[in-house]
This record gives sequence, C-alpha cells and structure tokens, in this order.
Amino acid sequence: MEALADNLALGFATAFSPQNLAFCFIGCLVGTLIGVLPGVGPIATIAMLLPLTFQFEPTSALIMLAGIYYGAQYGGSTTAILVNIPGEATAVVTALDGHQLARQGRAGIALGLAAIASFCAGTVATVVIAALGEPLTRLALLFGPAEYFALMVLGLAFAVVLARGSILKAVAMILAGLLLAAVGTDLETGEERLTLGLDALSDGIDFAVLAMGLFGFAEVLRNLETPEARSVVRAKIGRLLPGRAELRQALGPMLRGTGLGSLLGILPGNGAVLGPFASYSVEKKIAKDPTRFGQGAIEGVAGPEAANNAGAQTAFIPLLTLGIPPNAVMALMVGAMTIHGIIPGPQVMTKSPELFWGMIASMWIGNLMLLVINLPLVGLWVKLLKVPYRLMFPAILIFCCIGIYSINNSASDVLLTAFFGLVGYALIKFGFEPAPLLLGFVLGRLLEEKLRQALILSRGDLMTFVERPVSAGLLLVAVVILAVAVLPSVRAGREKAFQD
Amino acid sequence: MLRLVLAALAVVALGSGPASAQAYPNRPVTLIVPFAAGGPTDIIARIVGEHMARTLGQQIVVENVAGAGGTTGITRGAQAKPDGYTIMMGHMGTHGAAPALYPRLRYDPTKDFEPIGLAAGTPILIVGRKAFPPNTLKDLITYLQTNQAKVNQAHAGVGSVSHTTCTMLQSQLKVKSTLVAYRGTGPALNDLVGGQVDYMCDQIVNLVEQIKAGNIRAYAIATPERSPALPDVPTTKEAGLPQYQVSAWNALFAPKDTPKEIVARLNDALDKALDDAATRKRLLDLGGVIPDKAGRTSAWLGNFVKAEVDRWTPILKAAGAVAE
Repeated sequence: MEALADNLALGFATAFSPQNLAFCFIGCLVGTLIGVLPGVGPIATIAMLLPLTFQFEPTSALIMLAGIYYGAQYGGSTTAILVNIPGEATAVVTALDGHQLARQGRAGIALGLAAIASFCAGTVATVVIAALGEPLTRLALLFGPAEYFALMVLGLAFAVVLARGSILKAVAMILAGLLLAAVGTDLETGEERLTLGLDALSDGIDFAVLAMGLFGFAEVLRNLETPEARSVVRAKIGRLLPGRAELRQALGPMLRGTGLGSLLGILPGNGAVLGPFASYSVEKKIAKDPTRFGQGAIEGVAGPEAANNAGAQTAFIPLLTLGIPPNAVMALMVGAMTIHGIIPGPQVMTKSPELFWGMIASMWIGNLMLLVINLPLVGLWVKLLKVPYRLMFPAILIFCCIGIYSINNSASDVLLTAFFGLVGYALIKFGFEPAPLLLGFVLGRLLEEKLRQALILSRGDLMTFVERPVSAGLLLVAVVILAVAVLPSVRAGREKAFQD
Repeated sequence: MLRLVLAALAVVALGSGPASAQAYPNRPVTLIVPFAAGGPTDIIARIVGEHMARTLGQQIVVENVAGAGGTTGITRGAQAKPDGYTIMMGHMGTHGAAPALYPRLRYDPTKDFEPIGLAAGTPILIVGRKAFPPNTLKDLITYLQTNQAKVNQAHAGVGSVSHTTCTMLQSQLKVKSTLVAYRGTGPALNDLVGGQVDYMCDQIVNLVEQIKAGNIRAYAIATPERSPALPDVPTTKEAGLPQYQVSAWNALFAPKDTPKEIVARLNDALDKALDDAATRKRLLDLGGVIPDKAGRTSAWLGNFVKAEVDRWTPILKAAGAVAE
C-alpha cells in the first residue's frame, strides 16, 4: 500500500508539471470535440496528430493522446442525447434513454448525469488501474478462446433483454446483426464471404459505418418527415443540471456500470464495447418497472455512461502492464509509444515509472478537467437544440461523412454508410429496433472467431466449453439470465409485459 | 477537411522551412502506408518519413489505407498519378507474398512500380509459450516432427507476416502444425503469453519486451547476425536451421512512370535518413535492420522484389495458402 502511495505521488508529481497539465487539457478538449462530432473518431484523430507529437516528451505526448481517447467517450454522449445520433459508436446505448429524456425537456439533466457518471467511473477506474492493474492483467490472460466465446454467449443473452418491443423482432435484429458480422474475409481460410464481389466489403463492415448509418443517417431521414415533433424538444429545455433526487437514483446504476465496464474493458478484443450494453441490460433487469426503459429512464443513461468510461480507461491496463493492446485505439497507442522509443511491455512500469504512473495520474486529472469542460458546456449544448434543423442536419451529415471517410480514407465506406442509413430508416418505419442489431454485430464477429479458435484448439471437442471453469461459469450465468428473462413472460404473456 | 486543417497545423508546428528552390517537391508528399496506424510498417514509415521530409523541404503526410493484407493501399498507390506526390511503403507481404496469396491481385509487384529503396526490415523470431517443452531450436524441430498432431501455432491472420513466415518454417521442416488464426498480432500474442497456443513466428518489435520479461521463450532469430536488442537469442544459423532466413522488410515505391529524377531525389532523401544518427537509433531500438549502402539503391530493390516473389510463390502455393 505504501508503495502504491509512493507511486501515485510520483505520478501526480509528473502529471502536475505545467507542461503535462497543458497537454492533458489539450487532449481532453480535442477529445470532447471529436466525441461530439458524429463519425469523427479517436483512431483517425490520434493517427493524424501522431506526427505532431514527435517533438514532445514521450510522457506529455502519451498523456495528450490518452486524453483524446477518453475525452471522446465523454463527448460521444452529447449528440446521442441531443439529437439521437451517437457521436461515438460506444454511445449508442446512451441514445436509447438519453434522447427520450431530451424530448421530455430534460436534456440538461441527461447531459449533466452523463458527465457526472463519466467522472465517477473515470475516478474509480483510475484507482482500479493503479491498485489492481497487475492482478487484473492475469485475469485477462485467463481468457482463452473458450472463455471468450462463453462471454459472447452471455452477451447474446443480454441482447435479448435489451429489446424494447416485441421479442420476435428483437431476435430477428440480433440474427441480422450476426449475419452482417459474417461479411468479409474468413479469418481461418482467407476466403471472401458474402461480399457480393465488392472490394469495399472484403474486410467486412466497420462498426462505425454500421452505427453511423443506422443511427446517424437514419435519424436525419426520419426527422425530415416530422419536423414538428422536434419543435417540442426545442420548446422546453428545463433544468440544466440534475438535482439531488436524480443523483440518488443514478448512484446505484453508476456504481454497477463502473464495475461492469472496468471488468469488460480489460478483456482482449474490444470488450469495452460490451460494457454499456451489459450495464443497460442489468439495469433494466433489476428495475422495479422495466417498462420505463426506452422512455427516458435515468438509470439507462447513468449506468451505460459509467460503463463506457470505466471501460475506456481500464482498456489501458493490458497495454500498460503487459504491452498487449486490447483494441484498435490501444494498438495505435502502442505505435505512439514505440515511435517515442518506449516499446510497450511488461517492464514499462519498472523501466519508465514516471511515464507509467504519470499517465495513470493524468487520467484522473483529465477526468476532472472533462467534468469542468463539460458541465458548463451543458448549457451551450442545450442551446444547440435551438439551431434550426435545416442548418443542423446538413452539418451533422457532413461531419458524419468526414468522420467515416477518415477511418480508412475510403470513399466507399461513406456510400456504405448512406446505404445503411436507408436500411435504418426502413427498420424504423417497420418498427424494428436497430440497437439489438448493432449488439449482434459486435458480438457476431468475436463469437464466430472465438468459437472456431476454441474448437480448433480442442480438436473439435465441444466439452472444452464445459470443462474450463471460467467458461462453464459464464455459460451458466447466460442460461440463468435467459431463463429469468423468458420464463415469466412465457407465463404472463410476454407481449403484454414488454410491448410499449 | 479535417485532414487538411491538421496538415496545415502540422506544417506550422514543425516550422517547415521556405519552399525548396527545386521544382520538386513544391507541396506535401503523401506516403501511403497500407496497414493500420501504430503497426511496425507504420512506425518505420513515420520515423524514416520524418527525416526525409527535412531533406525534401516538404511535409510527408502518412495516409493509412489498410485492408486485404496491405494490397488495398498498394493498389490505390499503384493507380495514383506518377508525379512523385504519392509514394507508398511496400512490404514483404504486399510485394513478395501477395501474388501467391491473392489470385485477383490488381498490380504486379515487379512491373507496376518504380522502386525507390529499401527502408528497414524487422527480423523474424521463432517464439513459444513459457512452458512449452522444447528448450532449443533443435528440440523444437524434433518436437514439431514427433508431435505434429497436438501442436498449435498462432498467427495474425491469413497473409500476415506471422502467417507467411511460419508457413515458410513449416515448409522447410516438412511439418504441419494446427494453425489458429487471430485478428492481428495483439490477440495472438495474448493467447501465447496466456499459454493457450504453443508457438508462433513474428517480427521482433512485437515480441522483444515479452521475451525480456520471460513471458514467452525465444528459440531463434532468422537473420545472419544476432540482434543487439536480444543478444542472448541465437541466430537460426547458430541454432541449426541456417536455411530459415527471413525478415519483414519495408521499402518505398513510387507508381510506375514516375520521372527518374524524382525517384532519384526520393532515394537520396531516404539514403540521408538512413545515415542520420538519431533516425538510425530509433530504428535500431525497434530491433530494426538498416540496409548497408549497397542495399539502398533503386536497382537493388527492383531485383530484390523479383527474388522475393520467386521465393514466396512456390512455398505459399504448396501450402495451399490462398486469400481470395
């Protein structure tokens, strides 16, 4: 414990240098901005800013780049809440209830809650990284393909719970998501599947392309036909910040979301994306009145937002303690560190302690800065709702296009997003929820990949999933969740209980 | 737009000097890196590109166009206007293994480019999980030959460096271990450190810290000489497999018909970058191998690409490794 205090002291001493504070602030500010802009993501931004950091101290550079990443997770919820368009793909879940709150004139409360939940989660996650980084790394290593597959099955169980309307439609959407995930080059054989011979599809569909199409473009299309529905949102804005009652209501979901997000964030293969979905499902499951979800439930904003930010931060654990990046952004951070002459690995902590602890300390400072940046901005963002839609929607579309293009410098990605925009519009018209589809898509690729890896390793023996304790435990939880979700509704007539 | 603004910012921040007296280059040069930002090829491109920009007196803007084992970016680069303002970082995969792996490849590595010069390579290592029984490369060879049915080899996806180089190893040893594909080096390495898979081959930069920390064991490095980054790891020659010589090389190419003077000017800038002490140190810190003077000419690279295509094609075709 004493060592931890010493280390944190070193970290804060490093992070509190005027130069590092400045870089941390710039990173958080840039992160917030790109988070707010739909489509423009942290990967493209960090890649573009990387050359600028050549001249900086490695610690300053990494503090700034890290700030961009978790700052983007903060900003991503803003457009999700205000205009139902997630600024970051991970804010999809926040849009579900956050935007409903905005329509009820409680946009300020939703935004404030999102910022506060993010801050609390960020603070806890920083402590988790500092105190438990090493043991948690060992947990991540326990997760072989079989365990990961079991986790994905658990995720599918969540997906069923996530459904707002008819369960049949939700299952159809999940399956469609799984199918879309199968598009692209087969991992084991290198054969192209379901690509229709198009080069643009040969590496599969990007999550951001699908999310921006189904949510961003589709939302704009939907609003074109009902402008009057929107003026309601504009009319009443209400209180700007959440009050005591709302905070009390949000506390439990925030803590649970932080726990879930922190755990999932450590897992390899972008477990952090699962965090918000898992948190939302848990909150809906344990709520006394689950029908409020999707109608503007405060828990549905606080929990997922906390999970999102906690996951974004604990995703640094495998990078910092082991040198193995769990997702694409962290892979980019590996590159950034390498360019600065620090090859990430298990020894970063002992070889460059000021970098390691300085970065961790900067994350907490960064979270505080983000709270300070975001809370005053709430008023400004809410005023944005007064911008006439004939100006706002073209701007949203343009930013979406720039953002999508910047992922791969590919024009066909933009066309693909437009196509999914039409698909998303049709889905809304026929009463299908796009959220389960996205979750199915996220899960699908890993589900297949890990299933095949596990079966190759076990030489085709399905018992591998039951024999390994972690995998067996996760599968058991999935079965219980499904049973709890399906059985009462079978008895009481699910349609009545869940249709809204 | 964003890219333009950022590029402009970069110019201001780096304080790039007044426009060069020479006609070329009079605006920023785009360097296509056919892999995601942060990977070994991207890092080498950025380190070398940074110094080249100083010689050329113009920004070099790295554009990452990832996909299909790097062939997406190289296809785009091959079709770019041959005016010297678009160049690309080709690599062992895109200019050696790709013709065998991708039957529908839309460029010919030996014909559709003006080779500029070899930049730097990263040596390949053979590594195993910490508790893998074999202790030396000789042990490993015997073990692979007697336990073919139960050994698992990880790789980072069909067509990746770890896939093609391990295919070469297996073809030389005449063994077939079970291949487990991962999406990238990160997850593959995660499962090797976690002990889920037995062994793999990959570039030194991805492995060096894990070896030093004792998380995985290194059997040999596939270069003629030991690496200063890992002085205790024997070469394949020392360890008894001299024919296994392979490194993930990276080289600059311009589209076909780029004027000779421009290619020469880019080659000169590359040469100066590879002579620069700071640049060399950064490359060597990665475990990179920097070509000597003789290996830096455009002509040398042209011949090398032909030799690489000839070397990889039969190995990969025989292994049935086709990414289509």
